[in-house]
Amino acid sequence: MDYFLQLFLSGLTKGSIYALIALGYTMVYGIIQLINFAHGEIYMIGAFTALIVASVLTILGFSGLSILILAGIAAVIYSSAYGYTMEKIAYRPLRNAPRLSPLISAIGMSIFLQNYVLLAQTSDFLPFPALIPEFEFLKPVSHIMSSAELVIILSSAVIMVLLTFFIKFTRMGKAMRATAQDKKMARLVGIDVDKVISLTFIVGSSLAALGGILIASHIGQINFYIGFIAGIKAFTAAVLGGIGSIPGAVLGALILGWTESFATGYVSSDYEDVFAFALLVLILIFRPAGILGKSSAQKV
Amino acid sequence: MKKFLTFLLVMVSAVFLMTACSQKAEEKAAEAPAENTEAAAPAASTEPIKIGVAGAHSGDLASYGLPTVNAVKLYVDEVNKNGGIDGRMVELYIEDDVCKPEVATNTASKLVSEKVVAVVGHICSGATKAALGIYKDAGILVISPSATNPELTQSGEYPNFLRTIAPDDAQARLEVDFAINTLNIKKFAVLHDKGDYGKGLAEFAKSFLEATGNGVEVVLYEGVTPGAVDYSAVVQKIGRSGAEAVIFGGYHPEASKIVTQMRKKQINIPFISDDGVKDDTFIKVAGEFAEGVYATGPVDTSSNPINIKAVEDHKAAYQADPGAFFINGYAATMALLNAIDKADSTDYDAVSKALRTEYVETPLGNISFDEKGDAIGVGFSMYQVQNGAYVELK
Amino acid sequence: MLNELKKSLITAVWFMFLTFPIMVIKVNTVYNTIVWRWHNLIYIGVGAFFGSMIWRWLHYKKTHISERNIRERLKNGLQNAIVDNKKVLYTLIAVAVAFTFAFPHMSNAYQINIMTTALMYVVLGLGLNIVVGLAGLLDLGYVAFYAVGAYSYALLNHHFGLGFWAVLPIGGALAMMFGIILGFPVLRLRGDYLAIVTLGFGEIIRLVLENWNAFSFGPSGISGIDRPSFFGLTLNLSQSMTALYYLVLGFAVITIFCVNRLQNSRIGRAWLALREDEIACQAMGIDKTKTKLTAFALGATWAGFMGVVFAAKTTFVNPASFTFLESAIILAIVVLGGMGSILGVILAALILILLPEYLRAFSELRMLIFGGSMVLMMVFRPQGLISNVRRKYLFDKMNFGGEKTNEAK
Repeated sequence: MDYFLQLFLSGLTKGSIYALIALGYTMVYGIIQLINFAHGEIYMIGAFTALIVASVLTILGFSGLSILILAGIAAVIYSSAYGYTMEKIAYRPLRNAPRLSPLISAIGMSIFLQNYVLLAQTSDFLPFPALIPEFEFLKPVSHIMSSAELVIILSSAVIMVLLTFFIKFTRMGKAMRATAQDKKMARLVGIDVDKVISLTFIVGSSLAALGGILIASHIGQINFYIGFIAGIKAFTAAVLGGIGSIPGAVLGALILGWTESFATGYVSSDYEDVFAFALLVLILIFRPAGILGKSSAQKV
Repeated sequence: MKKFLTFLLVMVSAVFLMTACSQKAEEKAAEAPAENTEAAAPAASTEPIKIGVAGAHSGDLASYGLPTVNAVKLYVDEVNKNGGIDGRMVELYIEDDVCKPEVATNTASKLVSEKVVAVVGHICSGATKAALGIYKDAGILVISPSATNPELTQSGEYPNFLRTIAPDDAQARLEVDFAINTLNIKKFAVLHDKGDYGKGLAEFAKSFLEATGNGVEVVLYEGVTPGAVDYSAVVQKIGRSGAEAVIFGGYHPEASKIVTQMRKKQINIPFISDDGVKDDTFIKVAGEFAEGVYATGPVDTSSNPINIKAVEDHKAAYQADPGAFFINGYAATMALLNAIDKADSTDYDAVSKALRTEYVETPLGNISFDEKGDAIGVGFSMYQVQNGAYVELK
Repeated sequence: MLNELKKSLITAVWFMFLTFPIMVIKVNTVYNTIVWRWHNLIYIGVGAFFGSMIWRWLHYKKTHISERNIRERLKNGLQNAIVDNKKVLYTLIAVAVAFTFAFPHMSNAYQINIMTTALMYVVLGLGLNIVVGLAGLLDLGYVAFYAVGAYSYALLNHHFGLGFWAVLPIGGALAMMFGIILGFPVLRLRGDYLAIVTLGFGEIIRLVLENWNAFSFGPSGISGIDRPSFFGLTLNLSQSMTALYYLVLGFAVITIFCVNRLQNSRIGRAWLALREDEIACQAMGIDKTKTKLTAFALGATWAGFMGVVFAAKTTFVNPASFTFLESAIILAIVVLGGMGSILGVILAALILILLPEYLRAFSELRMLIFGGSMVLMMVFRPQGLISNVRRKYLFDKMNFGGEKTNEAK
C-alpha cells in the first residue's frame, strides 16, 4: 500500500508538471487551432531567465524568499514577452494561411529558440538552485514526498483554479471564450480579437514560466533542450484530455502522469513512454476528441 | 512573360553556380592525386600533412566533441610553431557530425574527398561505426578519443580504428569487481539511460554480475527515459527492490537527477557509475547529494607534466578549464603525429605499424596500441566524490 | 518616414529588452561571477532596427502584390508559364536531367554523398506528400515507416545475409503493412488528433527498437550492413557511392512519375476531394476508409523503400536516426515546397538537406539559420515555394478573385 501511495504521488507530481505546460498548449489551440510547438521552448526560456536572475541576485547578496519571488516575476515577465513576440512574428502573419503553415513556422521557431539559447548561453547542463525551501513538517514523510513535490502539486492546483475563474468570470475570459467559439462573431460584437489572442499567448507563457521554475528547482538542472521533451509530453496530455478544454488538459496530464508512474512501478520504465502513447491511441479510438473534448457534429 | 524570363534566368544561373561549385570541387579532387604522388616522393616533400577532426561540434552533444577540437588545435599549433613534422606543416580539417550516423557518413566522405591522412574522432560510438566503413575503404586511420563501444576494436572488422580510451567492458568489469570485492554488495539495481553508451555498459555490468554467482544477483534492471521531468517512480522502485547498490550506465544529467531524488527519498545506498558521470558538472549539479558517489574514470594523470602543460595551454588560450575527453584527444593527436614522424611518411601501413610499435609520452602516460587498436597503458580506476571533488581510490 | 523610423526604434528597444538576460548576462554558477556582454545588446539593437525595416518592407510588398496583381499572376505567373509552355518546360527538364546525370562525373565523393541524401529526401518528401499534401492527413510519425524499412534490411541482412535487392520489396511491403496497421485505428480521427497519434506511433516504434535488445540490438544498433550489389560487379567505395547515387536518382524519377500519375488518377482525385471536404467526398460515393488507407499505405511504402536504401547507404542503423525531428524535417519539406506540388517538394528537399551541408562553415549557427529561415519562409510564402497549380480557378466576375483565390490554396 505504501508503494502504491508513493507511485500515486509521483504520478501526481508528474501530472501536475505536465498540466502546467499543457494548459498553455490547450489555451492557444482553443483559440487559434494552432499546435504551438514552440511552447516548450517558452518554458525553457522561463527557467533560464529565472536561473540567470536568481544567480545575479545571489551574487548581489539577496537571500531566500526574495530571490524566489523576484526570479519568479522576472521569468513570468520575460516568458510572456517571448510568447507575445513569437505570436506577432511567427503566427499572426499566418492567420489566414493554409492550416499547416503555422505548424511549420512553430517547428522552425522551436528549433530557432533552442539554438538561440544554446549559442547565447551554453550547451552544458546548469545547476539550478533549490529555490523551494525544505519544510520541517515534511521531514517524517520525506521518503514519500519532498517539499518541492508538495509545492508543485499545490501551486498547480491553485493556478488551475485561478485560471478557471479567470476564464469563467472576467470580461477578458469571456472575450477569450467568445473568440474561441467564433472569431468573426466575436469581432462583430466588438471584441478586439488580436488583443485576445495576444493575451492568450501571454497567459499561456506565464503558466509555462511558472512551470519552468517549479520543475527546474525540483530536478535541479536545466539546459536548452528541456523544453522539447516536456513539450511533447504536455502536448500529448492536452490531446488526451481533449485539446482546447482546460479541465481536459489537467485531467489528461494527471492520467498521463499516473500511467507513466504505475507503468514504471509495476512493469518497467523501459516502456513507460510506450504505455503513455498506447493509452493515448486507445482513448482516441474510443473517444476521438479526447476525454473531455466535445465531438461536435460537423456543420455542412 | 517577363517574370517568367527572370525566373528562367535565375534557374539557369543557379545551375551554373552549382556546376561551378562542383567544378571547383573537382579541381580540388584533381589536384589531390598529384599531391599524393608528391607525398610519396621521399623526404623532400613540403606538402602539409592533412588531419581530419570529426565529432559533435554542434547540437546537444557538442560539449563532448568540442574539447577534442581544442586539444587537437593546441597541439598542432605547437607542432607547426616548432617547424612541423619533418618540415611539413600539419593542416586541420574540422568537420561536424552531430553524433548522428547519417551525418557522420557525409562527414567521412567529405574528409575522404579532402584526402586527409588520418582522422582524430569521431566522438560517439554510433557515428564512429557508421563512418568507419568509409574510412576503411579509403585507407584512412581513425583515432577516437571517446568511442568506447567494445565491438569497435574487438570485432576485428575495423583494422583502421584505434582509440585512446578504454572500452566499456573494462569499465563495467571494474565497477562490478569494486562493488563486489570492496563494498561487499550482493544485490544490485542496474540502471541505464537507454543510450548507446549507457545501455551497452549496463548490459556488460549485468552479465558480469550474473556470471559471478555466490549469491550476487541483479534485482532490478531498468532503463530510464533521458530528459524526463521526474524520476521518482524509478527511485521508488529501487527502494522497493531491496537493492544494496545502484550501478548506473549513462551520462551525468540523468545520474544527478536520480541520485538527488534517491537521497531525498532516504535511499542511501551506494551509487556506482561510469566516466560519463565522472565529470565536474555532476558535482556542481547534484551538490551535496553527489557526496559519496562512485564513478570510474581514466586513471588520474593530472600530475603528469605533459598533462599539466596541456591544461595550462588550454587555460591560456580559452580562459576556461578543458572539457570532457580533452586529454584523450590530446593524447590521440600526439600518438598520431609521433607515428607519422617515426614512419617518415603518411603511408597507411607505415603509420599504422608505427602506432602499434612505437611508445609515446602523452598526457595519459606512456602509451602505444595493441593489434586490435586499444591503447596499451590506458586504464580505468575508481573515483569517489569526497568533499565536492573526485578523489581516486587506490 | 519619421514614423517608420520610430517604429523600427521601438522594435529595436523591445528586442534589446527581450534578449537582455539571455544574450547579455552570462552567469558562472560555480565561481559566482557574472560576465556582462554589453556588446551583444548593441548588435541586437542595430540588427533589430534594420531587421524590422526589411520585415515591414517585405510585408508591404507581399500584401501589395497579392492584392493588386493576383489576377494577373494567376494568368501568367511563372509556374503556370512553365507548365503551360511546353517548350520551356521540356528545356528545363532536359537541363535538370542532364545536370543530375552528369553530376557524379564532375564532383567528388562528398558531393555525391550529400546529393544522394538529398535525393533520398526528395523521395521521402514525395511519399509524405501523398499523405499530407494530397490526402490532407497530417502525419507526424512518418519516420516510423522509414525505420521499418531500414531495420528490415539491417536485420534480414544480419541474420540471413539477404541482399539489398531481395529486401527492397520486403522492406516496402512491411512498411505498407505498418501503414495499414496504423491507418485502421486512426481513421476516425481528424486533423490534430491524427497528428498526435501518428507522432505517438512514431515514438512507439523508436522506443521498441531502443528497448527490445534481443530483437533490434538496442541503441548500439546494427553495423556492417552490406552495400547494394550491382550485377555482381565488385565496386570500390567511390564507385559504389556513384552507383548508389544513380540508384536513388532512378528511384526519385520513378517516384516523380508515379506520384504525378497518381495525382491525376481516380484515387488521386479521391484524395484531393477528401482533403477538401470529407463530407462532400462521402456524399459523392467515395469510400472514405479505402481512400485514407491507400494514402497511408502508399506513403508508407515509399518510406520503407527509402529506409532500405538508408541502411544500405550508411551501412549502420540505430534508433537515434529515427527521431521526431526527422519527421518534422520531412514534413517541412512538404509544406515548404508547397503542399501537393511535386516540383516544390523536390526544390524544398534539395534546399533543406543541402543547406545545412553547405552551411558547415557556420557550423554553430546553422541550426539557428535553419529554424529562422523556416519561420521566415512560412511568413512570407505560406503557400510554399511552388504552390500547386492544378487547383487555381479563375472567375470571370470581378471582385471574386481577391480573397477567394487566396483561400483556395
